[in-house]
Amino acid sequence: MSKKTYIQAITDALRLELGSDDRTLLFGEDVGKNGGVFRATDGLQAEFGEDRVFDTPLAESGIGGLSIGLALEGFRPIPEIQFLGFIFETLDSIAGQMSRERFRMGGTRHMPITIRSPYGGGTHTPEMHADSLEGYLAQIPGLRVVTPSNPYDAKGLLIASIRNNDPVFFLENLKLYRSMKADIPDEAYTVPLDKAAVVREGTDISLIAYSAQVNQSLKVAEKLAKEGISAEVIDLRTLSPLDEETILKSVEKTGRAVAIQEAQRQAGIAANVASLIAEKGALYLSAPVGRVYAPDTVYPFGLAEDDWLPAEDEIEAKTREILTY
Amino acid sequence: MYVHERDVSFMDNEQPIVDFSAIHDALGKNFEPVQVIDGQAKVVKPEIVAKYTNDQLVEFLKLMIWERTLHQRSNALTRQGRLGFYAPTEGQEASEMGSNSAMKSTDVLMPAYRDIPQLIQHGLPVYKAFLWSRGHVLGNEYPEDLHAMPPQIIIGAQYVQAAGVALGIKKNKTADKVAYTYTGDGGTSQGDFYEGMNFAGAFQAPAVFIVQNNGYAISVPRRKQTNARTLAQKAVAAGIPSIQVDGMDFLAVHEVTKAARDYAIAGNGPVMIETLTYRFGPHTNAGDDPKRYRTKDEEQPWFDNDPLIRYRKYLTEQGAWSQAQEDEYVEQVKADIKAAVKQADDAPKQKITEFLSNVFEEQPQNIQQQITAYQAKESK
Repeated sequence: MSKKTYIQAITDALRLELGSDDRTLLFGEDVGKNGGVFRATDGLQAEFGEDRVFDTPLAESGIGGLSIGLALEGFRPIPEIQFLGFIFETLDSIAGQMSRERFRMGGTRHMPITIRSPYGGGTHTPEMHADSLEGYLAQIPGLRVVTPSNPYDAKGLLIASIRNNDPVFFLENLKLYRSMKADIPDEAYTVPLDKAAVVREGTDISLIAYSAQVNQSLKVAEKLAKEGISAEVIDLRTLSPLDEETILKSVEKTGRAVAIQEAQRQAGIAANVASLIAEKGALYLSAPVGRVYAPDTVYPFGLAEDDWLPAEDEIEAKTREILTY
Repeated sequence: MYVHERDVSFMDNEQPIVDFSAIHDALGKNFEPVQVIDGQAKVVKPEIVAKYTNDQLVEFLKLMIWERTLHQRSNALTRQGRLGFYAPTEGQEASEMGSNSAMKSTDVLMPAYRDIPQLIQHGLPVYKAFLWSRGHVLGNEYPEDLHAMPPQIIIGAQYVQAAGVALGIKKNKTADKVAYTYTGDGGTSQGDFYEGMNFAGAFQAPAVFIVQNNGYAISVPRRKQTNARTLAQKAVAAGIPSIQVDGMDFLAVHEVTKAARDYAIAGNGPVMIETLTYRFGPHTNAGDDPKRYRTKDEEQPWFDNDPLIRYRKYLTEQGAWSQAQEDEYVEQVKADIKAAVKQADDAPKQKITEFLSNVFEEQPQNIQQQITAYQAKESK
């Protein structure tokens, strides 16, 4: 066991997988000598050589297409898209190409590609560097969308993603990169994909969140516990496809739910959670499903960030509202 | 005031620091199309023709006749509603068969939707090509040893993927193997076209990029796609050698492609080829009418320049080919196609449960639930 930050856990996972499977390749913009703009790939080129860890020309669609071609030649590509806001340039390679290949070719080819990309607000990045675009990605059949909320899951989910034979979009939360530390095993381990985690058990209400919002929800749960309110907190971990069983089991127990996301309200993950509960668990409910989200505007980078992002007190207020409905 | 006037006269008499008109004129001047046998069946490059026996040239002609026959039958089958999506290939036989025949079956083909004849020659059974056209997944189930992807619909997407395949070939240290891909004149306006060439160039990866300039991107003529004088010159900026070739001249296309392949497998990096050809028919059989955007006067010289005419004429003059031989061969090809249609008709009806099973290797909950639901429906 060693104490590692969220980003160190990611580097650790990449190092272990590059070391154990020589078909893995890590590439993207500035991932080589520079070790990535956040140092997630720090030291990996020196350790594994330029053949395995390399910089690409600056073109996201090219990076996506390159991944597909390399997968066809038997490699396991781990491309990095420097910021999630840059995926629009390569949406065809993700939505139109790699996620379709297994289906398109009747299972005769597969695409073991893990795209890593940082996202999430609150670190005062420039425009298009902090947007939560997971809702777009979650609509793509054939693509898993995974996002960890802590160092243990970051390492285990990333290793599971790399070892999976289908494309995985692995979202890394910018704000969590260096703000979280935990003791994690030194050896390789996996955390199952498609499986949510009950990170705090409770009986009165289910707070269903992911990524940085899990930590905010845990704080709210702790605060409410002092008043004798027992909130269960669920970390989705895989945003698409959703772990329906864990969500429904929790709501069956608590009878109340709040779905929390950092993204804008429209067509997001929290909407998927709410509609799942409406579709399959409506009779468990004693109150409507609450949602916490950002306003339906473009992400306001810079000064207004903290006013715009869903804060802990908004989660608390919504939780109290649903509890007393 | 005095100083100002002196400065103006100085400006007037001086040559500009750069002559942009001359630079613009110079671009594209290095791309004289390569030709071996011209439109009148006259041999322009005897040293190239001398490399081939008449029997070999007959095989080349037969490839073009095969493609023309496949086109004619596909056209008819589409009209009868027995094929789905079809992009006519008539006029592009020398461009398509000339280039494809220079490749090896171990090379990786990344085709677009007008490259079905190359895909078939690369190993895809005709009945599977027909199933692809109808939208049956069996048409895209490729055995391990068919080194190709299904026809790409998104213009240019195959170019970036070809760069990846080529880099994979290089990393695998596989000798005597390239990735090759096709697009059209319109495709060269797409961002992926540049990104694919630039990536392959930066990685010095063995790729051959072929642009079939057939004059039109649906209705938009080549001259409206770009201010570049040639499409070949677009590779120059990526540091990639490129060439224009008479796309109605089988041997010219074949020899140029072979040279490009040799250059790539020697470790020199990618090559781009622009073939000058013409789409005799509509863009697809889904309602496109070329009369809306081109004239008979423009079409006729290209029809006269039919790639089959010059090779048929040349080989007939050589006593190596006859109308009777051609008739016999066409009948044989038609019979093969008829058998392929029959085989396609015998394909089982597709099931939603099978679709669901091919989304992921390990089924997540939503897929498992839907498989169960559709199994119940399908067993009724």
